[in-house]
Amino acid sequence: MEQFLQQMASGLANGAIYACVALALVMIFVSTDHINFAQGEMAMFSTYLSWQLMTWGANFWVAFVAAVLLSFVLGVVIERVVLRPLHTAPVLSIVVVFIGLLAICNSVAGAIWSYLLKEFPSPFPKTDFGIPGLIGPHQLGVVVITLLVLTALFVFFRYTPLGLAMRAAAQNPQMARLVGVRVDWMLALGWGLAAAVGAVAGIMVAHIVYLDPNMMGGILLYAFASALVGGISNPGGAVAGGFIVGVLENLVAYLGSQLEKTTGVYIIGNGEKLTVALIIVIFVLTVKPAGLFGRVVVKRV
Amino acid sequence: MAALLEVKGLKAFYGQTQALHDVGFDIEAGGITTLLGANGAGKTTTLRAICNMVRTEGSVRFDGAEIRGRATEEVVRLSIAHIPEGRGTFTTLTVEENLRIAAYTRRDRAGIAADLDRVFSYFPRLKERVQQQAGTLSGGEQQMLAIARALMLKPRLMLLDEPSFGLAPLIVQEIFRIMRRINQEDKVSMLLVEQNAALALDLADHAYVLETGRVVMSGPSSVVKNDENVRKSYLGY
Ligand SMILES: Nc1ncnc2c1ncn2[C@@H]1O[C@H](COP(=O)(O)OP(=O)(O)OP(=O)(O)O)[C@@H](O)[C@H]1O
Ligand SMILES: [Mg+2]
Repeated sequence: MEQFLQQMASGLANGAIYACVALALVMIFVSTDHINFAQGEMAMFSTYLSWQLMTWGANFWVAFVAAVLLSFVLGVVIERVVLRPLHTAPVLSIVVVFIGLLAICNSVAGAIWSYLLKEFPSPFPKTDFGIPGLIGPHQLGVVVITLLVLTALFVFFRYTPLGLAMRAAAQNPQMARLVGVRVDWMLALGWGLAAAVGAVAGIMVAHIVYLDPNMMGGILLYAFASALVGGISNPGGAVAGGFIVGVLENLVAYLGSQLEKTTGVYIIGNGEKLTVALIIVIFVLTVKPAGLFGRVVVKRV
Repeated sequence: MAALLEVKGLKAFYGQTQALHDVGFDIEAGGITTLLGANGAGKTTTLRAICNMVRTEGSVRFDGAEIRGRATEEVVRLSIAHIPEGRGTFTTLTVEENLRIAAYTRRDRAGIAADLDRVFSYFPRLKERVQQQAGTLSGGEQQMLAIARALMLKPRLMLLDEPSFGLAPLIVQEIFRIMRRINQEDKVSMLLVEQNAALALDLADHAYVLETGRVVMSGPSSVVKNDENVRKSYLGY
């Protein structure tokens, strides 16, 4: 039982990470109809930035806030400089740009900081935090921090004029211009926010997966799966999808190990988690193509 | 006194095809001007050209300043409100959000609250539905919302593209009554595109007739109304 609860708790912590990256993907998707394949590598880069600041002596939280803000600015700059000229480009060119961006982030990070695994600290106190036997201090911290960030984003989008303008620009850019919204800037802001949320995810997960230029590869896949499960055009759904996928993969691994214990046959274990998660995603999409919380959108052309 | 909006030699292009050839007209401050024409004459395109939503050549002056070629959102910020064909509400946002988004560039909270009240006094139906998603409103209510939202921009000039389209006669009458009030009480000038020429000529003081991207006739509504060609082509008697 205790093992089961621990598995679920770590599933929640992973899910929180997936939720953040999934949300970043969705934020860009709703306003551009593109999946930013470089989202994970951008988050990895942000994580290195925070690591660099820490090696220069900054406190964890100072480095955290600074890296998140820097990522925001970088996200805005990438949109304005790299993607702006491509607004009317065909989908394939944009996919190529994303893949290029991914490769650039990866190799620049490798060149500056090398491909060696680095340990990444956890900011949460080892004692007096977490619930012994249930959830570890870092896992609890990850869940708390990501929930805070997600809540802040929710409040921003739901209750502020700028958040409203961003939603309007995503929903109907032409019409948004007709009420005076500077749609191009809203897109850039969306990129900035996505990069910032990705940075939060990267910095939170680095303690678990260690820091290296390929640390976000698997996570991006999980995040993509989460976004699809939740409904790719629904931010709330993507967040829920993240937690669902996180818990589900650990549930699968747990059940697999229980099965092995009782029957002595190894069927599913940690190594198959991703496969199983993806099979579940495919299953969900077969039954509900728009995702669990998505609406079917019929495009008028 | 110079006109509020002066359009001269306006051409508009969709890719290679030219939709407007030489459109010119003036809109007097405080007046209502209507643009008539058959399907495909270029009425919608003219409104879109004023807001730079298509590629254009020529001259569009608002309040004496050249605005042709300025980004759509900047034109709107000069207090020109465009209510597009098909209404264009934000379907996934609530009625209230649709109204607030138009006030997003404004910083005067008290003014915004007062304008919301004013808009609701014009359209009490919207007040009953503030939290409803705009996409679930009826056609008439969506048109009201589109006009209400335009009002929240505090416009000096409203461009209306077929506000009567697809609506029952009673609703159309209600909306046109409100448009007249907005014109008189809020001092909003209007450029009205309408298929329903009789209605438009009743409301407007000036009329222009477009044919295949050119102005072929213009004058006070009372004169245009009695023109034989207009009567045959647009009024049907
Ligand atoms: N997006 C577009 N691409 C290419 N051609 C277009 C486009 N929109 C309009 N046109 C063409 O421009 C011309 C003028 O169209 P416009 O929509 O301005 O007509 P309209 O007077 O508003 O007609 P209606 O009364 O049917 O709304 C038409 O010949 C139309 O086919
Ligand atoms: Mg039209």
